[in-house]
Amino acid sequence: MEQLLRLIEADCTLTHKQLAAMTGASEEKVDAEVKRLEENGTIVGYKAVVDWDKTEREAVTALIEVKVEPQLGDGFDRVAERIYQYEEVESCYLMSGDFDMTVIISGRTLREVANFVTQKLSTIDAVQSTATHFILKKYKENHLIFNKEKEKEEGFCFV
Amino acid sequence: MIDYSTVLNQRIQAVPPSAIRKFFDILEEMPDAISLGIGEPDFVTPWHIRNAGIRSLEKGRTKYTPNRGLSELRRQISFYMNRRFHLSYDPMSQIIVTVGGSEGLDLALRCCIEPGDEVIIPTPSFVCYGPLTSMSLGTPVFVETKAENEFRLTAEELKAAITPKTKALVLPYPCNPTGGIMERSDLEAIAEVLESRNILVISDEIYAELTYGDEHHVSIAEIPGMYERTIVVNGFSKAYSMTGWRMGYLCGPRELVSQIIKLHQYGIMSAPTMSQYAAIEAMQYGDEDIAAMREEYDGRRRFLLDGFRSIGLECFEPKGAFYMFPSIQSTGMDSDTFCTKFLEAEHVAVIPGSAFGPGGEGFFRACYAASIHDLSTALERMEHFIKHR
Repeated sequence: MEQLLRLIEADCTLTHKQLAAMTGASEEKVDAEVKRLEENGTIVGYKAVVDWDKTEREAVTALIEVKVEPQLGDGFDRVAERIYQYEEVESCYLMSGDFDMTVIISGRTLREVANFVTQKLSTIDAVQSTATHFILKKYKENHLIFNKEKEKEEGFCFV
Repeated sequence: MIDYSTVLNQRIQAVPPSAIRKFFDILEEMPDAISLGIGEPDFVTPWHIRNAGIRSLEKGRTKYTPNRGLSELRRQISFYMNRRFHLSYDPMSQIIVTVGGSEGLDLALRCCIEPGDEVIIPTPSFVCYGPLTSMSLGTPVFVETKAENEFRLTAEELKAAITPKTKALVLPYPCNPTGGIMERSDLEAIAEVLESRNILVISDEIYAELTYGDEHHVSIAEIPGMYERTIVVNGFSKAYSMTGWRMGYLCGPRELVSQIIKLHQYGIMSAPTMSQYAAIEAMQYGDEDIAAMREEYDGRRRFLLDGFRSIGLECFEPKGAFYMFPSIQSTGMDSDTFCTKFLEAEHVAVIPGSAFGPGGEGFFRACYAASIHDLSTALERMEHFIKHR
């Protein structure tokens, strides 16, 4: 199962037939296993990694450090839930260290991000403070390198 | 005017030009082509290894190293040979760091062949052994291995090829282009033939780290009686995806290495310094990289084997290297015609088996060091080609 998950995590466009051949399992077995992993939430979803800078679309991504007062009974979970329900939140993590949560959000403009921080995030009772860092350039995400250079060399070396 | 045909020696002029250059010439003109032609890992060298090369430059380590190679690298090679193959080589007197495994082969052959000596070369195999032998005025004796034996060299085949002139046996396993391996029992049978004879073994083990299944590669030098007559040639290219660094090594009995070093020191001086520092890092901290790449190749290997068989091509299961060697006898075409037509019609390059010496006709070599998507597309195109040819 671990091998199957590693393969899917690296490339979710692999077909079950390919996965079956690569792992040495039958296609039926892969079908059943993937279904099981989807249903029990081990596989959370499938997404493409997009370099929006290659398109006309304007996009701004920010990483926000959030200090939170833990809630009696619920700890941080309830606050996290109140934060991540917003559509624009891409990722949300509980952290060790100087601050409590990292929230990554994407918006179309700076103003959209500013609105999120001032009107949505900061108004949550348990949120004590925020520090917003804008992402200037993406080099790598989910193991994928953006703007990878392709070189072509003339001639060949026969091995 | 100078007459080049008389200034060049006859041996080099007799070496035929590469039979497969034309495939690469066609490929250059096909931007959408998929190449399963080149036998090279598709991974970039792991970053920590590259970084060790960079660090060596930053520190200004730009001079020659000792002829035999950096002593630390030889020590690491010695540890490695011990932990992987239970072989004991003294770093000071039994190991030479070479410019790729190829230099090791060249050194070994040139230092042992006298004019007229015969060198036994199992085929299909990599193309260099024959020409290197001929350049030293030796005679290559090709022994065809068989698909039904999974392209292993059998004791009978070896025995039949031995004459009083036999000087050496080249043992190219795991094998390029067949993917065949020699297991311990196969090697023991070979050893039995050799032990009473004065024949050297040049064991090309460049693919030693790439074997699949439970059995790890066994070096013939491990078999009782063989250590004293075996030169092991290995390198970093395939194991650590370091082809461009040109890093190899040769290990053997002191009596041989003390002579071979002379040729290396006059011909090469020392292997590239930056590459040697990267190689130290690879041997110290690269085991996990090898394991990860091997697992990746293994997935592709299963996928391609399954694919070839499902489109009706007969193919034995290769247990080593990263090649598959399917039979095309059912198509009625010779391998050069098959590969040329396939490339022209479907824009996928594979190499005709005939390029790899006697016994290769009727097969082609596909290298699966390529992405699964390319392998997938190549298979679809192969299926289309076979159905519509």
